[in-house]
Amino acid sequence: MSTTTAPNYQSDQAIAEIVNKYGAKPMALIMILQDVQKHHRYLPTDTLRLVAKEMNLPLGQIYGVATYYKSFSLKPKGKHHICVCTGTACHVRQATVIVDKFQRDLGVKPGETTSDMEFSLETVNCLGACALGPLVTANDVYYGNMTVSKIDKMMNKLRGKKTEEEAEAEEAA
Amino acid sequence: MNPGRLSSPQALIDLRDQLINQREENKTIITVCAGTGCLACGCEAVTTAFREALQQSHLDKDVEIRTTGCHGFCERGPLVVIQPEGMFYQRAKPADAKVIVDRTIKNGELVKKLLYRDPQTKEVIVHEKDIPFYKKQMRLVLGKNGFMDPTSINDYIALGGYQALAKALTTMQPEEIIDEIKKSGLRGRGGGGFLTGRKWASCRKAKGDPKYVICNADEGDPGAFMDRSLLEGNPHSVIEGMVIGAYAIGSNDGFVYVRNEYPLAVKNLSIALTAAREHGMLGDDILGTGFRFDIEVSRGGGAFVCGESTALMASLEGRAGEPRAKYVHTVDSGLWNKPSNLNNVETWSNVPLIIEKGADWYTKIGTQGSKGTKVFALTGKVNNTGLVEVPMGITLREIICNIGGGVPGNKRLKGVQTGGPSGGILRVSTNGEGIPESGIREEEKVVNLIDLPVDFDELTKVGSMMGSGGMIVMDEDSCVVDVAKYFLNFLQEESCGKCLPCREGLRMMLSILTRISEGKGEMEDIAVLEEISRALSDTSLCDLGGSAPNPILSTIRFFHEEYVAHIRDKHCPAGVCKELVSHAIDENCIGCHICFKVCPSDAIVGKPKELYTIVQEKCIQCGACYQICNYNAIRRVKRDEGEIVQRRAQEVWKPRIKAKSAATA
Repeated sequence: MSTTTAPNYQSDQAIAEIVNKYGAKPMALIMILQDVQKHHRYLPTDTLRLVAKEMNLPLGQIYGVATYYKSFSLKPKGKHHICVCTGTACHVRQATVIVDKFQRDLGVKPGETTSDMEFSLETVNCLGACALGPLVTANDVYYGNMTVSKIDKMMNKLRGKKTEEEAEAEEAA
Repeated sequence: MNPGRLSSPQALIDLRDQLINQREENKTIITVCAGTGCLACGCEAVTTAFREALQQSHLDKDVEIRTTGCHGFCERGPLVVIQPEGMFYQRAKPADAKVIVDRTIKNGELVKKLLYRDPQTKEVIVHEKDIPFYKKQMRLVLGKNGFMDPTSINDYIALGGYQALAKALTTMQPEEIIDEIKKSGLRGRGGGGFLTGRKWASCRKAKGDPKYVICNADEGDPGAFMDRSLLEGNPHSVIEGMVIGAYAIGSNDGFVYVRNEYPLAVKNLSIALTAAREHGMLGDDILGTGFRFDIEVSRGGGAFVCGESTALMASLEGRAGEPRAKYVHTVDSGLWNKPSNLNNVETWSNVPLIIEKGADWYTKIGTQGSKGTKVFALTGKVNNTGLVEVPMGITLREIICNIGGGVPGNKRLKGVQTGGPSGGILRVSTNGEGIPESGIREEEKVVNLIDLPVDFDELTKVGSMMGSGGMIVMDEDSCVVDVAKYFLNFLQEESCGKCLPCREGLRMMLSILTRISEGKGEMEDIAVLEEISRALSDTSLCDLGGSAPNPILSTIRFFHEEYVAHIRDKHCPAGVCKELVSHAIDENCIGCHICFKVCPSDAIVGKPKELYTIVQEKCIQCGACYQICNYNAIRRVKRDEGEIVQRRAQEVWKPRIKAKSAATA
């Protein structure tokens, strides 16, 4: 489940394990790519080649699927994954103000990652927790009824967590 | 208790009776809702707190804690219901667990602050069933959610689960089942509203082997989440429906195509599938009848168009999910070119009910053309957000005003959007006032659809559709041009690009609507939008394009004056379209300076406890201050009229914080 697994792009073993879990049938391709993406946080080109080899499928088909579906990314993702729900219910509760705020603060558009690889900003069409709209998830944690000032708190927490970890690492060293 | 595979329908009945006998009838059960809505509100911590509180009080043997699926009333989560009495506690925090155990469980007293208080009558309500939100509902499909742990097949069996399957497999011929479903008038709950029985009959008759049965759980409509709640809260009912359907059609292989964005649904469904296999409800020789059927789960890649049957099947095959023209129906040639029967989650959940209680019972519910109940996701600007299950034919007024509790914050109800991106926005109002007759085109006589009975045909008649059951309420602060633009933008992004009308038509319409929302529209644009809409519905390959004009056409029809305001007067009446508004602070300002803190462009100036003003030249109309202000002091007015509001405010403004503190001193 961890999204912070250290990327290991050349890991034939890991890819083979994922493919074996589902069996090398074309039907499982989307799920295999989802698991690969979970492992690397994105789909590196090398791994797509490996999947093609393991599944005995043309690379073109795999590339086609990887670029067709919205949930796949061929670009590396940041350490923290911020996702703003822009479903209709959130939209009428001013989700655009929230998206604008993240764009301004992070300096990236939805679908992009900050240059320091810390934050990726994304929008999703509906998470189905409409009672909590506008809704933001950060690393799969839900933040409901968001306002611009709650974003500041949330971001401080995310940034703060990082420094705490660093502090711990320093202490350990 | 795991009895292993049940080898006959009698074994299932014995197990049910045994389970019921084992369970003390009056045992206190603390049910905690663990649907995604409540999970997001922190219900897990509440459950843990209950466990600890019971242990401390040495009650953990006498009282059961049950984490259930979605109860529907997401607005008030986390929800706690004490059974068998049905005491309903809302917005429970972990700290409340001990209080509830000490007072309610031990002494039978109520914890008043956690009870539901009707916002309209101020009456405190103790029991779940008496709350207006639940009172008018008819929870046939969602009903079991509140009483069972979705990961426990025994809970489902104890509530009478899989009895319909036993009945179907042992006492009914496949044709009889199809006839019963036909007779019930069940129509597909995913949007199209096609008669389920007829679809099954065609698939049974179709030549080809093997045949496939598929459950569509790719719930992509923004603002709809009933399928997710069903899979999360009662996955066995979907499985049971699918097995019955497979037996009727003559299929041995089933698939559930579920959105990857619904991890809990995937998890609970997988647990349920394993349990169903262990108990002999799936696999070879189901309930000793010799019938073989199994279900595989496939996680979708996140494309809205994959909710369309041919696109879904392409995606299931591991390809890009592009739809194809349906000269040949999927019941004849679908998944891997074999006969395939696709139904939506909610449709499958209805099947066991119909088989168990009979088509005659089912047809008593609903309207002439639409039988049974429908689950709606009631969201947007409404007091009681959540999942509501109502009989077909109920009016919009009953759903929005009685169940939904109306619009929050004294705002005026303006419209309701049904059917997701393929549906339309209907004009509704709770009082006849506020609807200018001139706003509607002359040929339109009906100006207020609040008393429209909700069913498949009525919604289609007024230019919207049932869709999967999203119902988004809009108040005076929502701009219909903006919402129409939102849906077009959504559809344009989600269009797979295979056919030209959809790919180019949507792009064109979006650019026109964007122009209108920026105040650069021409009056002729409305006619052009209508023309492209016609081309799109006539010539698109699939229903994504075919129904895409609905949001545009319905808003032009019911809110014509708003388009005119945007185009001719360069004015957004709701104050949403950025390019047409100015933000201003009026005399309601108390000087709390919260807006000053959030303003990203340093456009707000003033001193604490005094009237703040927005420097109009610096304001970027981001809306942050409007969202954050607790005193209704930020106004969104016509572009360049902000200064007028602020000048007036300066004349009439009086300090409030000072006056208040002086009064209390």
